[in-house]
Amino acid sequence: MADRAIHFDNVRFGYGDGDFMLRIAKLELGRGERAAVIGPSGSGKTTLLHLAAGIAVPEEGAVRTCGVEISGLDDAARRRFRIRRVGLVFQEFELLDHLSALDNVLLPYRLTRALRLDDAARARAESLLQRTGLGGKGSRRADRLSQGERQRVAVCRALVVEPEVLLADEPTGNLDTDNKGRILDLLLGCADEAGAALLVVTHDRDLLPRFERSFDVRELSG
Amino acid sequence: MSGVAYLAARYLARHKLVSGVLVAALALVVFLPAGLRVLVRHSAEALRARAIATPLVVGAPGSPVDLVLASLYFESGAPQPVPFSEVQHIDETGLAEAVPLHVRFRTGGKAIVGTTLAYFRQRELRVASGRLPAVLGECVVGASAARDLGVRPGDTLVSSPETVFDLAGVYPLRMRVTGILAPAGGPDDAAVFVDVKTAWIIQGLVHGHSDLAGPGSDAGVLAREEGRITANASVVEYNEITPENLDSFHFHGDPGAYPLTAVLAFPPEARSRALLMGRYEGSEARQILRPGGVIDELLATVFAVEKSVVAAIGLVAVATLAVGALVFVLSARLRRREFATLVKIGAPRGTVAALLGAEIALVTGAALLVAGGLVFVAARFAPLLLRSALAS
Repeated sequence: MADRAIHFDNVRFGYGDGDFMLRIAKLELGRGERAAVIGPSGSGKTTLLHLAAGIAVPEEGAVRTCGVEISGLDDAARRRFRIRRVGLVFQEFELLDHLSALDNVLLPYRLTRALRLDDAARARAESLLQRTGLGGKGSRRADRLSQGERQRVAVCRALVVEPEVLLADEPTGNLDTDNKGRILDLLLGCADEAGAALLVVTHDRDLLPRFERSFDVRELSG
Repeated sequence: MSGVAYLAARYLARHKLVSGVLVAALALVVFLPAGLRVLVRHSAEALRARAIATPLVVGAPGSPVDLVLASLYFESGAPQPVPFSEVQHIDETGLAEAVPLHVRFRTGGKAIVGTTLAYFRQRELRVASGRLPAVLGECVVGASAARDLGVRPGDTLVSSPETVFDLAGVYPLRMRVTGILAPAGGPDDAAVFVDVKTAWIIQGLVHGHSDLAGPGSDAGVLAREEGRITANASVVEYNEITPENLDSFHFHGDPGAYPLTAVLAFPPEARSRALLMGRYEGSEARQILRPGGVIDELLATVFAVEKSVVAAIGLVAVATLAVGALVFVLSARLRRREFATLVKIGAPRGTVAALLGAEIALVTGAALLVAGGLVFVAARFAPLLLRSALAS
C-alpha cells in the first residue's frame, strides 16, 4: 500500500443536505501512474480530487495519499501535507488577480515557511512559464491574461513545488486544440520528470488515450 | 518581507484608490488631534518665551491682546497710539529702560518697525552682515525678511503706501539697507527695523523738501508772514534721504506728541517692575501690561477650545474607524473565493487572518507615517500659524 500514490478504501462522502453522496469502494493509483477520471457533471469527480488532496474528509473509509492516511490527519496537518506534496489545478484556475503571473506561480512559497522561496524556486517558476509559452508575461497581472494564459499559469502553480501527486480538474477545459496538447504535454512531462502520479478530471474523451488508464467515477462505488 | 506581507502589499498596490482613501482618512484621524495638540503646545511655548522676554508693555487703553501682539509680533490691528513722551516719562522714573516701538508701515509685506538701538541690545539681536542704522532713512533687515525680499547691505527698500488713491496720505520712502540681522528664531527675523524717526518720516510727521527760505526759492512760495511760509505743490518733497538733503529734514510740532504703537519697558529687576506697574495703576490714559500674563489668558482660552475640538475629533475618529472596519469586512466578503483558494492550496491556518492583519497594519503604518509627517510640518510652522490665526 505504501507504494500507492493514491488509495481510497470504502470511502463515503456526502454533502450536508443529503442530496449528494459519493461512494468509492476502492481506488488505487500507483506512483508515477497517469489516470483520467470521467463522468457527467455532478457525479463527484471534483469531490474525488478534493478527497485525494485532503481538502475534503470522508465520513467513512480511508484515503491515503503518498502513503499518508490523510483522512486521519487534522486540518492543519492536511494543509501542511497538501501544500508541500500535492499539486492542484482548479477548474476555474483560481488565480489571484492582483498578483503577476510569476507571483501566482510562486504563491505556495509565500503562504508557508515549509517551502523556501530561493533562487532555485524562482528559476523553476520562470522555467515553467517559459515552457508554457508565458516566458515574456511573468510580470503581467493575472487579470490581464487571456483565459488560456490563466489556465497555463494555474498549471505552473501546481507544478512549481514538484509535487508527488498532481491533481488536475479540467486542466484543458477552455483551451484550443494546440494549447490543449501543450498543457497535457506539460502535465505529463512534468509528472514523468518528478515521478509524480497524475490524476486528471476531464470531459474530453479525446484525451483519454494519452493516459495509462481512465475510469468513470460512477463505476467506483463497487 | 514575509510572504504574507508581500501578498498584502501587492493587494493594496492593486487597489490604490481605496488604499489611498483609507490611508488619508486614518492619517487625518490621527493627525487632527495630535497635530492640534502639537500646534497649540509649540505655539504656546513660542508665545510664552517671547512674552516672558518682554517684561512690560505700555500703551494706550484698548485691547490688551492687540497691544501685546502688535508689540511682540508686529501683527494684528493697530492699537491706539501712545505719545513719544511716554518713553521720556518712563526713563525719568529710572525704573526701566524704555524702548519705543512704531509698527504701522510695511515694505514688501514685512513690518517696518521703528525703534531705537536699545531694542537690538534688549533683544540680543546681532548683525550678521553690515551694520545697524545710524542715520535717517537707513534700515536693518531681519534674516528671513532679507531672504524673502532678496536684499543685501547696500540695496534699497521702499515702504508701501497705505492707500494708493489718498494723495494727502503717506508717501513711500526709499530706505537704504545697512545690515542684515543674524537669525534669532522669532518675529524679529521677519521684520525691517528703522530708527523711530524714519518711521515718522514715512508717516509724514518729519519731512524734508527744497529750501523755501533761501535765495531763488520764490517760484513756489505763495506767502511769507511772521516766519511762516506757505508754498504751492511745486515744492519738491524728498522721498529718499541722502547726505545732500539730510539736513532739510525737520520736525513739525512737538516730537513728544509723535505717535508710537507701544513702549517696551525693561526693568532691571522685579522690584522696579512692580514699582513701575504701580505708577500706572488707576491710569485711564495708559495701560501697562505683563505680556506673559496676557498670553497666558489668551492660551487658557485656546486650551479650552482645543479640548472641545479634540472631543469632537474623537467622535469623528470613531466614525472613521468604524467605516474603515466596514471597508475591510466588506472587502473580506468579496474576497471569500480568493481566501478559499488559499485554503485549498494548503495555506496554514490563520493565513487569511494574517493577510488581512498585514493589510490593516500596512494601511495603519502608512497612515501613521503620513500623520507623523503632517505633525512634523505642523510643529515646524506652529508658531507662525497660531500668530496668523490670532492676528486675524
